[in-house]
Amino acid sequence: MIDLTVVWAAIIGFAIIAYVVMDGFDLGIGILFPFFKVGKDRDTAMNSIAPVWDGNETWLVMGVGGLLAAFPLAYAIILPALYAPMIAMLLGLVFRGVAFEFRWRDPAHRELWDRAFTAGSIVATFAQGIALGALLQGITVEGRAYAGGWWEWLSPFSLLTGFGLLIGYALLGACWLNWKTEDGLQRQAVTYAGRLGIALLLMIGAISFATLTLEAQYHQRWLSFPGVLATAQVPLATLIITFLFYRSLRLKKDAQPFFWALSLFGLCLIGLGVSIWPDVIPARVTIWEAAAPHRSQVFMLVGASIMVPIILAYTAWSYWVFRGKVGADGYH
Amino acid sequence: MIEQDWAIILARVQFAFTVSFHFLFPAFTIGLASFLAVLEGLWLKTGKGVYANLYRYWLKIFAVVFAMGVVSGIVMSYQFGTNWSVFSDKAGPVIGPLMAYEVLTAFFLEAGFLGVMLFGINKVGRKLHFVATLAVAAGTFVSAFWILSVNSWMQTPVGFEMGANGQFLPGDSWLAIVFNPSFPYRLVHTVLAAYLTTAFAVSAVGAWHLLKDRQNPGARKMFSMAMWMAAIVAPIQIFAGDMHGLNTLEHQPAKVMAMEGHYQSHPEGAPLILFGIPNSKEKRVDYAIEIPKASSLILKHDLNAPLAGLDTIPDADEPPVGIVFWSFRIMVGLGFAMLGIGLWSLTARARKKLYDWPSLHRAAVAMGPSGFVAVLAGWVTTEVGRQPFTIYGLLRTADSASPLDAPAVAASLVAFVVVYFAVFGMGIRYLLHLMKKPPEAHEATLDGMPIRSAGITPAAAVIKGEGA
Repeated sequence: MIDLTVVWAAIIGFAIIAYVVMDGFDLGIGILFPFFKVGKDRDTAMNSIAPVWDGNETWLVMGVGGLLAAFPLAYAIILPALYAPMIAMLLGLVFRGVAFEFRWRDPAHRELWDRAFTAGSIVATFAQGIALGALLQGITVEGRAYAGGWWEWLSPFSLLTGFGLLIGYALLGACWLNWKTEDGLQRQAVTYAGRLGIALLLMIGAISFATLTLEAQYHQRWLSFPGVLATAQVPLATLIITFLFYRSLRLKKDAQPFFWALSLFGLCLIGLGVSIWPDVIPARVTIWEAAAPHRSQVFMLVGASIMVPIILAYTAWSYWVFRGKVGADGYH
Repeated sequence: MIEQDWAIILARVQFAFTVSFHFLFPAFTIGLASFLAVLEGLWLKTGKGVYANLYRYWLKIFAVVFAMGVVSGIVMSYQFGTNWSVFSDKAGPVIGPLMAYEVLTAFFLEAGFLGVMLFGINKVGRKLHFVATLAVAAGTFVSAFWILSVNSWMQTPVGFEMGANGQFLPGDSWLAIVFNPSFPYRLVHTVLAAYLTTAFAVSAVGAWHLLKDRQNPGARKMFSMAMWMAAIVAPIQIFAGDMHGLNTLEHQPAKVMAMEGHYQSHPEGAPLILFGIPNSKEKRVDYAIEIPKASSLILKHDLNAPLAGLDTIPDADEPPVGIVFWSFRIMVGLGFAMLGIGLWSLTARARKKLYDWPSLHRAAVAMGPSGFVAVLAGWVTTEVGRQPFTIYGLLRTADSASPLDAPAVAASLVAFVVVYFAVFGMGIRYLLHLMKKPPEAHEATLDGMPIRSAGITPAAAVIKGEGA
């Protein structure tokens, strides 16, 4: 008998990974945007994501909608606990989402909408990083509700994860531009990717060590023998992939650095899984405590198992349609 | 206690504000996506340039509206959790899966094909591009299907069991939940409303340009198409609305009592109050202008049928009468005004004066925003009419909110109001700016960029098909 709660945890996990993989580079381009030259370079950077950003962002809705559907208790506790960062993220996404259209509609205010694009991307990313940190450090739960104040999410640790995600998404953005653009913009992106790779590695180290001090559960998971033999593979793999990432940059590969950077994110998410499994709210609520009833799980699973492959197929098709290097007048 | 009341009032204002602003955009995109699909289909079938030009003209507008709909829609998927967490915990097992289906079957479909629809015509060719347009149009409809199923379940909850932990749990049939008693009526009424909203927005743009240049082929075509929609859909909508009202009378009588302003029961035929000022303190409608027994005739199809009033409902379970009474009249009034324009356009067509009747065009311009107002008024009627419950009769609004401090909710409300008015205000300005430009014979693709010479070149087809 398959435990559908575990299946649904895996599906939500997949949605989160898909979101980070796909929207991470969109937001990263927003973060790096002010560093690009006004005119052709900015237009090209924007064009490289214009046809896909909306689909990418839908995975965020899938993640939160799936959480409501499959783990309603977790949804009902997490969102009030992360009230301020979540509202900030939503408003940030408003600014950067409309900027895609508005900057073309109003050349007189293009500079304004470019700033809105950057500010929105930074706020949304920072808020997502803070949300992750706040969850990891633990939130106050009483009965079936959040019981902390409205500033509980704010701590040095959550700010650290916020900055960590800014660097991480910026790295993905730089790698994406290396893949999709040419000439000056591409060279600029490669330079940024090189610097951001080091910064991300330092951040991953800092966040990992800080995490170990947060809850006894994390410390025990990672460092007690013999589990350490398995968990030690994660930092080891991180170092190897960092090496491969820099090697591909040095060899002037187009696509490879992007996928190595994604692999670094993948390892971070695996690390996250090691720390919190099987909790949906770390050290507070397990996936089984928060799970929707069997009937809800089955009903949704029917839809998900039919629809997710179809979604992945047409998403892949859309990326394929817009494959190759983009120009400043490419899509728009 | 007072502080808690404030937190709930502010959370309600925040939801009303964000959802009202949001719904303006899908009300337009649902209709506009279908309109675009029809235009592109006609272009493929006839090869006439006027359709291709109109497609491109409205696609630019669609892109802006859609972007605003997306970003304001994401906010809604979080509002349930940030501000209404107790409701989410309790109703999540029933409504959560329906929303998950909305994401899986609608949001991804719209978003996945939008890129190709907006930017891909030179890359995929005309036929595949038409498929993308159809996919986006289908996505907008499927989205409406699921979210209206959720809303209808909150209005007419069926098919559930109560869990020991206080949750609403699904019963053995999901079909009963999805197709709950008010859902078919609400779906038809809302989708028709979106079509009418779009028809009147399109006709206003067409009429505006006809007033300046009666010969503009794009303006003539869009005005004619929109007027056909108005003439056909407005009467159907009035009929559908009447059916919806009868359904509401059966399942949510208190809402209909508030709509009608019936504070008292009428054992021998209830009057139809056309206008008046509801006075909830004295439980009567002041200065009422009424038609004796007409309400019984409409609701029961019998002049003398008894109709219960709000005196049969405990005070604690009554919706706010004034708001519901007025929003309902605004909606119905606009519905009949739409019917009037539709009939007028038929007369004009019969006299072959559709493009040469300035007062009709001026009326159409004035009616441009009517759909948006009517749609919001309709939602206010049904949502305020459901109060004081979130899940009708079962879960009170006061018991649904998140455990938040009032200052937190107030601060976020202020942020939403400021950002929405600034951002969407600019967006609406851009829309009006796009609409102000007359549809051209060689309408450019997005952002006026020239169509690439590579691949299939619809630009050439447009030029050849010109003057059609």
